[in-house]
Amino acid sequence: MFAIVDYDTGNTRNLQKAFAYLQVPTTLTADPAVLTQADAVILPGVGAFAAAMTALNNRQLVPVLQQVAQAGKPMLGICLGMQLLFERSSEYGDHAGLGLLQGQVTAIPSDLGVKVPQMGWNENELQQPNSPFASIDGAYTYFVHSYYAVSPAEQIVATVQHGVAIPSIVQRQNVVGMQFHPEKSGQVGLQQLASFKEMVSANDFSSN
Amino acid sequence: MLAKRLIPCLDVADGRVKKGVNFVHLTDVGDPVAIAAAYQQQGADELVFLDISATNEHRKTMAALVEQVSAQVFMPLTIGGGISSVADMQRLLKAGADKVAINSAAVADPQLIQAGAEKFGNQCIVVAIDTAWDATAQQYRVYTHGGRQATDLETIAWAKQAVALGAGELLVTSMDRDGTKAGFDLGLYQALGAAVKVPIIASGGAGGLADFVDVFQQSPVDGALAASVFHYGELTISEVKQALRQKAVVVR
Repeated sequence: MFAIVDYDTGNTRNLQKAFAYLQVPTTLTADPAVLTQADAVILPGVGAFAAAMTALNNRQLVPVLQQVAQAGKPMLGICLGMQLLFERSSEYGDHAGLGLLQGQVTAIPSDLGVKVPQMGWNENELQQPNSPFASIDGAYTYFVHSYYAVSPAEQIVATVQHGVAIPSIVQRQNVVGMQFHPEKSGQVGLQQLASFKEMVSANDFSSN
Repeated sequence: MLAKRLIPCLDVADGRVKKGVNFVHLTDVGDPVAIAAAYQQQGADELVFLDISATNEHRKTMAALVEQVSAQVFMPLTIGGGISSVADMQRLLKAGADKVAINSAAVADPQLIQAGAEKFGNQCIVVAIDTAWDATAQQYRVYTHGGRQATDLETIAWAKQAVALGAGELLVTSMDRDGTKAGFDLGLYQALGAAVKVPIIASGGAGGLADFVDVFQQSPVDGALAASVFHYGELTISEVKQALRQKAVVVR
């Protein structure tokens, strides 16, 4: 069972539908016990960084998410959910994130001749050939975002070009982030969720 | 680099796709899920469903349709037609739509754009504009109610106002070209592209491969929408993409 974190930010329904299509059972929950027991934790998110962190804090979920990730449970952050995995964001002020990935979130520069938000299909360039997500190379996925992660290279699995090189998949051991919407990226997106599922099945991150 | 988008548009009434969608390999030609899946298979980048039924009762079936399609088809879905309140938007977005397109209701009450953008984010709010050239006034004029009602609005000014209020994208149909297969109205999209920074989707006039090449090469649009040329299999999405690729237009 995959637990999708329920904290009232954005539409989790389509994500649940995508996992259902892949025959992965999911539950939408904010219950620490369920999150701790789940095979994997999915952190979705749409909207603004600070509002999302406030919503997590109000449900006392920040320490729970940090503990399960540090204990080795596979975790997947999607779109804003990926950004929350980082240390900080400069979206409307300076805000702390979950700190599970190194780096910070900052605005896509709008003076480089690209439209912001990045909205549409962009082509992924693989940066780590041995990644479980290597099938992303050369494939297009669907993005809707105005901020992006500035990350150390060793965490960057794939990037897209939108004025700057934007990390599209990041990973540090058991913690994975996808900046695009896999649930809206056709077969390629489903394939990335399936790759995450395989990663969970082969889970050797647990320190328990 | 972002790919240019090809977007089939489907008319829906009573939960069924209308206006002759005619694919081979489809046993039920009105089934929205089967048609959406066929377009996904062909490589469509997004789908627009336009509710052409007239009553509120039928609008509820639209949410059910979105619910079904989004369980089987994993690409961006835009829903338009008869959306006139934030509650309408919420129902469709909750059912699985990624964007809602508002047209007549936005003209009647421009604050609806702002209310929607504040609640759901600009990226969810598409303002659809139906327009025709007014030869007397020498400007483009906005029409509402499926093109039946002329307004006093000049199109470029209305586009700017819609974006200022929070529209994240504009879907602009040339009534002069719609159904003619004479090509997209390039002058219209050049003028719009110079006026606003949000993505623009061109609609009306697609007839042949060259029309898609022209609209992407000669105007700054981000996507092109068409109905009949795709529905009747006169052109396939993949064949249009191949033609675009040959002309160095970036497509998925």
